[in-house]
Amino acid sequence: MIKPLRWVKQGLAIWRKDLQIEFRTRYTYSALVMFAVTTLVTVSFAIGGFTADVEITAALLWIILFFSAMAGLARTFVAEEETGTVTALKMAAQPEPVYLGKYLFNVTILCSLALLVVPLFIMLLNISIVLPLAFCAVVLLGTLGLAGASTILAAIVSKAGAKNSLLTVLAFPVLLPLLITAISATRAALGGGLAAEVRSHLLTLFFYNGVAVVASLLLFEYVWNE
Amino acid sequence: MLNQVAVKNLSKFYQQRKLFTDVSLTVPDQSVLVVLGPNGAGKTTFLRILCGLTPATAGKVEITINGQILTPEERRAQLGLVTPELELYGELTAVENLEFFARVRELPFSRQQARELLEFVGLKGRGHDFVHTYSSGMKQRLKYAYALLHQPHILILDEPTTNLDEAGVALVDSVIRRQRERGIVIMATNEPEEVAYGDQTFTLG
Amino acid sequence: MFWQIILGIWMSAVIVASFLYMPSTQGLGEMGRIIVYHVPAAWIAVAAYLMAMLNSLGYLRQNKLQLDRQAQINAELGTVFCLLATVTGAIWSRGAWGQYWNWDPRQTSITVLLMIYAAYFVLRSAIPDAERRARLAAVYAILAFLTVPFLVFIAPRVYVSLHPDLINVQNRSFAMDRKMLVVFLASLLGFTGLYAWMYNVQLRLENLLAAAAMKRREYDG
Repeated sequence: MIKPLRWVKQGLAIWRKDLQIEFRTRYTYSALVMFAVTTLVTVSFAIGGFTADVEITAALLWIILFFSAMAGLARTFVAEEETGTVTALKMAAQPEPVYLGKYLFNVTILCSLALLVVPLFIMLLNISIVLPLAFCAVVLLGTLGLAGASTILAAIVSKAGAKNSLLTVLAFPVLLPLLITAISATRAALGGGLAAEVRSHLLTLFFYNGVAVVASLLLFEYVWNE
Repeated sequence: MLNQVAVKNLSKFYQQRKLFTDVSLTVPDQSVLVVLGPNGAGKTTFLRILCGLTPATAGKVEITINGQILTPEERRAQLGLVTPELELYGELTAVENLEFFARVRELPFSRQQARELLEFVGLKGRGHDFVHTYSSGMKQRLKYAYALLHQPHILILDEPTTNLDEAGVALVDSVIRRQRERGIVIMATNEPEEVAYGDQTFTLG
Repeated sequence: MFWQIILGIWMSAVIVASFLYMPSTQGLGEMGRIIVYHVPAAWIAVAAYLMAMLNSLGYLRQNKLQLDRQAQINAELGTVFCLLATVTGAIWSRGAWGQYWNWDPRQTSITVLLMIYAAYFVLRSAIPDAERRARLAAVYAILAFLTVPFLVFIAPRVYVSLHPDLINVQNRSFAMDRKMLVVFLASLLGFTGLYAWMYNVQLRLENLLAAAAMKRREYDG
């Protein structure tokens, strides 16, 4: 019981440090935001004044969030690896707190991205939300899941020499169950499906999050200590 | 032996190359080990294995403190590392760097203590500058502050005086002397003046 | 050599029997014969992938490169059999439903499996150092495998399946008669033998390559 508490405490220190650096450089956040906004504006421009089908808009939201996450999330680990700070961090911290800290950082970044992108998405694409509460829950659990599964993959990519599109290749099959569920649930929340389905979709998202974080915590040691 | 570092039959291959095989040695308390060898002989890799940063191909390293062999987890508190490949966070100030590492190590941290440590390594008055504005010599000095922050029993130094001026070399001298009084120093170097610190030497390759 | 000849004769006999001895199935007609190839290929694919996952777990526990080689071979063989199952499945789908591909849940999950292992091979090819490659690939294989159950659970709720169910006894529309069962089981045995033989050859080859690299190391050193 004491151990996980200590992990969280050390993890929070790493999270704080990463946020401090992010506030100064804004590297990750600006990469994510630029990607998301450009895509959104392009699609909105192409559609013009029309309102697209719920099937399409629901998928569009998650495609944007997925690819934005891929554009920026690898940065946390790759930067440590490239600048050589990874050695300093490894000497000081156990693997689990490092995972927790980076996970929390990615959650923070993705949630603040969603806070910006989702309202824009609703405005630009003339979307009316039938079930607002369910919609918020889907966005929240979906973003958490994106961060949960891609954090350890980002660490793998940073150890594999940070090859360009490797994160996207690795993450897509792993994130597919999450994306399919989130898209179905979003569609239902936007009025394009049965409202009763939302509950079971949310439950699936919840379990996906749990499995992703627990498995990552157990496996991260093997990625971090080479 | 209450405190010692024991290396047992250590071998390391990297990709298709053999770096070293069957290295065995013991470093007793209050002594200095100097690791020698030409470039590419595996000195840095040897030190990385001691720190647990790189796995050995065969053999093991046992670190004993107070008669207890340390687990990999406990080692973190007892090892301090200074090496050219290690860097501190450029977007943080020196004080913020020390504060971060103190938090991660769950040590009590005070600005006063950070100031004293920075003064000791010769960075007085520069603690609130970003590390990316530092010269390479200043960065090297800051690494000593980082390595001594948690008062480790074992100090591991790779080319200890890289980038340092005369005052910096004097700093390294006092660090090594102090550490030898209270614990163990293991360093890799080829500088004759530094080799002289060694109570024992070991040549790789 | 002896076993290879037996295996060759056995598989040939299965092929001949699947066309001449086995009756055409009720409901599925002549297309039903593909079951003799499709189902064993799919089972072997799943079994090989499962073995690859277990080998990866074993590698992380024991740190032996031998286990990494086994994981790699199982992943490769799994992919070969998975492709066979996908292609035979698509042919059958065309005959039975009129379309080669229609995102049936089985087709969805098999696609994701193929994508996971494609990504696995991309990851392996990106890392030159053997130990690091073994570690990272093992972690990825385990992580990816954990998401498959979600897919099996989710996919049927998104699209309704038309795939015949072999395990479900309630489903009487597709029951095997005795002659068919004999050929099917013989084929399953043949496919298993084929897998075992290919696995063995590959493992010996990879071990020789590793030993050769080791010799070269000693020679250089």
